[in-house]
Amino acid sequence: MPINVLMPALSPTMTEGKLARWLKKEGDAVKSGQVLCEIETDKATMEVEAVDEGTLGKILVAGGTEGVKVNTPIAVILEEGESAASAAAPAAAPAPVVAAPAASPSTAAPASKPVAAPAADAGRVFVSPLARRMAEQAGLDISAIRGSGPNGRIVKADIDAARAGTKAVARPAAPAAAPAAASVPAPAAVSAAALAAIGPHKLVPLSTMRRVIARRLTESKQQVPHFYLTVDCVIDRLLAGRAALNARSPEKGPGAFKLSVNDFVIKAVAVALRQVPAANASYSDDGILMWDNVDVSVAVAIPGGLITPIVRNADAKGLAQISTEMKDLATRAKDGKLKPEEFQGGGFSISNLGMFGIKEFGAVINPPQGAILAVGAGEQRPIVKDGALAIATVMSCTLSVDHRVIDGAVGAEFLAAFKRIVEDPLAMLL
Amino acid sequence: MAEQQFDLVVVGGGPGGYVAAIRAAQLKMNVALVEREHLGGICLNWGCIPTKALLRSSEINHLLHNLDAYGFSAQNVSFDIAKIVKRSRGVAAQLSGGVKHLLKKNKVTVFDGAGRLDGVAAGGARKVAVSKDGKAVASLVAKNVILATGARARVLPGLEPDPACIWTYREAMVPAKMPKSLLVVGSGAIGIEFASFYRNLGAEVTVVEVMDRILPVEDEEISAFARKAFEKQGMKILTGAGVKGVRKGAGSVTALVEQGGKTQEIAVEVIISAVGIVGNVEGIGLEGTKARVEKTHLVVDGYGATGEPGVWAIGDLTGPPWLAHKASHEGIACVEKIAGLKGVHPLDTSNIPGCTYCMPQVASVGMTEAKAKAAGRKVRVGRFPYMGNGKAIVLGEPEGMVKTVFDAETGELLGAHMIGAEVTELIQGYGIARTLESTEAELMHTVFPHPTLSEMMHESVLDAYGRAIHF
Repeated sequence: MPINVLMPALSPTMTEGKLARWLKKEGDAVKSGQVLCEIETDKATMEVEAVDEGTLGKILVAGGTEGVKVNTPIAVILEEGESAASAAAPAAAPAPVVAAPAASPSTAAPASKPVAAPAADAGRVFVSPLARRMAEQAGLDISAIRGSGPNGRIVKADIDAARAGTKAVARPAAPAAAPAAASVPAPAAVSAAALAAIGPHKLVPLSTMRRVIARRLTESKQQVPHFYLTVDCVIDRLLAGRAALNARSPEKGPGAFKLSVNDFVIKAVAVALRQVPAANASYSDDGILMWDNVDVSVAVAIPGGLITPIVRNADAKGLAQISTEMKDLATRAKDGKLKPEEFQGGGFSISNLGMFGIKEFGAVINPPQGAILAVGAGEQRPIVKDGALAIATVMSCTLSVDHRVIDGAVGAEFLAAFKRIVEDPLAMLL
Repeated sequence: MAEQQFDLVVVGGGPGGYVAAIRAAQLKMNVALVEREHLGGICLNWGCIPTKALLRSSEINHLLHNLDAYGFSAQNVSFDIAKIVKRSRGVAAQLSGGVKHLLKKNKVTVFDGAGRLDGVAAGGARKVAVSKDGKAVASLVAKNVILATGARARVLPGLEPDPACIWTYREAMVPAKMPKSLLVVGSGAIGIEFASFYRNLGAEVTVVEVMDRILPVEDEEISAFARKAFEKQGMKILTGAGVKGVRKGAGSVTALVEQGGKTQEIAVEVIISAVGIVGNVEGIGLEGTKARVEKTHLVVDGYGATGEPGVWAIGDLTGPPWLAHKASHEGIACVEKIAGLKGVHPLDTSNIPGCTYCMPQVASVGMTEAKAKAAGRKVRVGRFPYMGNGKAIVLGEPEGMVKTVFDAETGELLGAHMIGAEVTELIQGYGIARTLESTEAELMHTVFPHPTLSEMMHESVLDAYGRAIHF
């Protein structure tokens, strides 16, 4: 019996991914454990290993194909004596999913056209002609719309609902619908065709990560009531402590470390969250989830986007351990090698743009987390101390807060705790 | 009396009730059907079917009087109204027997009598009492009851039925002798079909309509086209007119017809009153339930729920349109809802075709041009005349038109309106297109066979986009 290789789910929440490339070609012998292809999810690239032995008889989904649904057959492995013909298209053989966008972005791939991502497992979106046309006219992505017609067919009423939904979501007063509300409209529904007239341009196809960033952050800004609290932290003592500690690092070897200011910030956030647990929480319609652990997500810029690997139980870890872990996570994030559990979850995020000289900024909350701390550059500023002008190294931090779960006073309490720790880093030891 | 247990009791055996009963049996329910008179209901016994049999005879009469056009000659062509009626009754009887057989085949238990809600049994099940000629004949218990008791002719004061000279559809369907002259009050489907039938058999026919046009639910262009065609056949049509009173004489009746402030007397042999219907809401035990009656019809949701637990209603007993095929579809949706099937959709009442079997026939689905505009749609309208169609000329039926109304922005087929030979057989094509949510593009891409009347359906779509080939 020919064996179907199915699109794997690399995480419990994954519904589709990009089949980045094939490492085997049709006719190649494969052994159990050999890497067949690479799958790119919203955040990471993973290798798919063969589970069975045989010959790669047929590749059903070409490398570079986006939006491949989990469990779609992507290839067929033949056992000895079987021919590719006998394996031809199992009943549910997916019609070729959207071909990869043309390599040359200058040929303005018609981005206004809804991306015909596959529905269910059949590799085809069932949509009435009228609904398809109305979605096109409204700039809606039909792959993001759930059909209510017979067998899940998308019909006019679904487009009407999606369009009404776009408007409803835009109303800030609307109570945050569950993020997975039916037929979430494609983020922003901006068609390239509508913009093309502005001037000469080239069209860069959206990566999976870019789509996810667009969707999630649009949802966040539309559905999460943000407010912002800013505090200035004097970090001269922190810098001195950092220098002293770094001096203690062995020259080389496994025990070597070099603490960054950010490592101190991670630790300070973790200790402050332990002191003010009300800030370590997420909103749901059923109630507030108070997180037991202190898991801190740290935004890392990577080629083509960003990702937030997690330092788990950061309150219980020493600075050196946090530093080592963070370096490892950041390195592997840049290589696209993070495991899903290393970036999915977390109760609180830190985004630090200090290294770029940013003085202060407000970050967008990463749902379902309740808050994110935006960290600016530590710089020498004049301050007033004991009635006299003085110079100090000051770092401005802005907390973006989901008001549904954290009120102003709680946010201020958390920031006060954070400031106390950052300004008196020995307190971390307590 | 011993109570008999069922999963479902259906009260009324018309096209709503018997179809619901069969669907329920298919879904493994133990079903009882209570019918007081005829299986198949009004539709099969006193409505759709026997009238179409009559109209078939009048159509043949029309052909016989135009034989010359087809190369035939015949003398002394005549008809016997008794035989025409007999054939019509035979057709109805044959089909009613068919329904009986279908119910038996599906193991539906049929009770001969009138059903009435009779309170709630232990455990919340509904009780239905069945009586025949005033005597109780059975007591049924079921978790769910579907009321499908239908409707009857509305009676206007002064136009109370009289077998001698004032008929409803019932009397009009079984005339003892051929009337020489008639006045038809009401120009909806029922009134116009009888007017057409009797006119084609040679009676002098006058139609009185209170609205400003005949077939008032149809598209205005179709109404105007029909009026012209009927008047050409010798029918008299008075619109914006009403009957203010009648005076019965020996072998005749005089109607006082008011139109535009003036009253005229019209003496005819018979008046046919066809001014709508009222729901059969009486005597079915609705008292004390949460079921709500509005303008003689039960108020229900999209699946037939009445608000009273376990009591559902479908068909003419509920809201418009009052058509057999609407009742059947409602019956199925209702039963599937009761059975808890997944993906049950309520009937989309905007997509129910209407057919009138006058000569020329009229058929339509969806919105009229005026309604589409009133709904704020920008429309594109296509028209194609029978005169431009090969098959229509072959048949000797050059009178008619096919009109289509599209949403100018989305290409949605908002409505289709047809008049002419066999349009009642054609309209389903547009119905399917609408169900599948086709736009003009799919209709244009569809290959219609040549030579057929259906080619006009294609041409009308093309015409809406300025692309008609044959006109």
